[in-house]
Amino acid sequence: MTLLEVRGLDAGYGDFQALFGIDVDVSEGETLAMIGANGAGKTTFLRVLAGQVPTRAGSILFDGTDIAGVKAHRRVGLGIALVPEGRMLFGSLTVRENLIIGAHAARPGRWNLDSVLDVFPLIRPLMDRPSHVLSGGEQQAVAIGRALMSNPRLILLDEVSLGLAPVVVKSLYEALPALSEGGATVLLVEQDIGQALAVASRVVCLLEGRVSLEGRPGELARSDITAAYFGLPAGAGSEGPG
Amino acid sequence: MEWLNAVVQGIMLGGLFALFATGLSLAFGVMRFVNLAHGDLAILGAFVAVSVTSALGLNPFVSLVVVVPVMLAAGYALQLGAFNFTISADPLPSILVTFGLGVVIQNVLLETYSADSRGLDVGSIEIESIRINDAIAVGWIPLITLVVAVAVLGTLQLILSRTALGRAFRAVSDDPATARLMGINDRNLYAVAMGIAFATVAIAGVFLGIRQSFGPLDGPAQLLYAFEAVVIGGLGSVWGTLVGGLLLGVAHTVGGQFEVAYGLGSGPLVGHLMFLVVLATKPTGLLGRRAE
Repeated sequence: MTLLEVRGLDAGYGDFQALFGIDVDVSEGETLAMIGANGAGKTTFLRVLAGQVPTRAGSILFDGTDIAGVKAHRRVGLGIALVPEGRMLFGSLTVRENLIIGAHAARPGRWNLDSVLDVFPLIRPLMDRPSHVLSGGEQQAVAIGRALMSNPRLILLDEVSLGLAPVVVKSLYEALPALSEGGATVLLVEQDIGQALAVASRVVCLLEGRVSLEGRPGELARSDITAAYFGLPAGAGSEGPG
Repeated sequence: MEWLNAVVQGIMLGGLFALFATGLSLAFGVMRFVNLAHGDLAILGAFVAVSVTSALGLNPFVSLVVVVPVMLAAGYALQLGAFNFTISADPLPSILVTFGLGVVIQNVLLETYSADSRGLDVGSIEIESIRINDAIAVGWIPLITLVVAVAVLGTLQLILSRTALGRAFRAVSDDPATARLMGINDRNLYAVAMGIAFATVAIAGVFLGIRQSFGPLDGPAQLLYAFEAVVIGGLGSVWGTLVGGLLLGVAHTVGGQFEVAYGLGSGPLVGHLMFLVVLATKPTGLLGRRAE
């Protein structure tokens, strides 16, 4: 079943247009990785889905309903949660409060404080600390846990690995299957192609605001992915990024 | 002993300053909103109490049961219908709009109540006091004002630190865009905060009206004291607001005593100087949050 159906999506900031006629489908239960170079429009795409950036043209059907005009705070109740780039935890709140506030507009579901802590046990001893004293990896775990607290049907992960040590990234990515098992469909944006291909059931590559490639990781040649990533002629990308 | 008495009376006066400053501090803390009509709203609250007491024959203290909900609803509606459209990274629109609102309130009050000074009569308690010793007596009204100020600020602190509403206030204050990703309707939350700010400034206005006479044009002076208390204590800090109010009150009365003893300066002047010193040396206030 298609959970998210994006058609002809245009979006941008002021005079700058970041996305041009994006068509993307996401099926319920799958993990879709969106890859692309810096400035390709990946983060903008997630921000449009979360309601932080307005749609200029096109439609966003979520479970059959066009949500293009729905405000960001109402999309959470529909089942869309964004883990923003840079984590964006609330600095004046403790870790516990950051997690609890994630449930402000929660849908019914399996995720609660206990189940989130089961997936991210490293948070457990940190619950009463201010969030701004946490390490980057700890903050990212809290940010993902905070999004899970709303019991999302679609969780949008923006650059989970950004600025984190490889060992921390590895542990965070090991937790991703638990998100799908918990009933969430995952759409992750990642510059690290290796990480993305390892966990995704499908990949979409963006290049300068347009979809340049789409397919299943096992069916795509590495050279094609690299070519789509950098905008090279098909088959020209023998060395890949990430 | 006169100096000790001045300090005691200053603490009592500081309760009123802290009450004035509470709403200003909350509005700034939650939404970085500077309300230049704050003093006029206090006077408006006092005049609403005049109407309520004369129409219903209520004691001014009891009139708060009517005045506070009316002002709370007005604050909520005004934020939703007007102030929300001025909130942006640029503080100028909100400053201009609230400046205009202050002028409108003053003129509406002049048209409705005339320029005559008014007062709120609570009976003999106005002049009754608790005598500590030969030199120090604490008036019941100033004492009640201080107790109410501590109760209001304490309740606000409890709301902010222990309730879902307070968590949402703090989250929106930190980062409204990310708060929306939690399902928080920041615009509605701003209206709730402004409703609470109006309610607290109405309480301050009623206590001002009980303590002294007031007129339609007295708002800007009250705004100045509220600003000074908030800046001294720390913008957005609940307990800082109380500390700022008390210090400002003590500065006023000790300055007044200085004038009596040596014929120099005046109470308000010492308060203003304290405000300037804090602003120059610690712009975030004594208990204010570090600037981001």
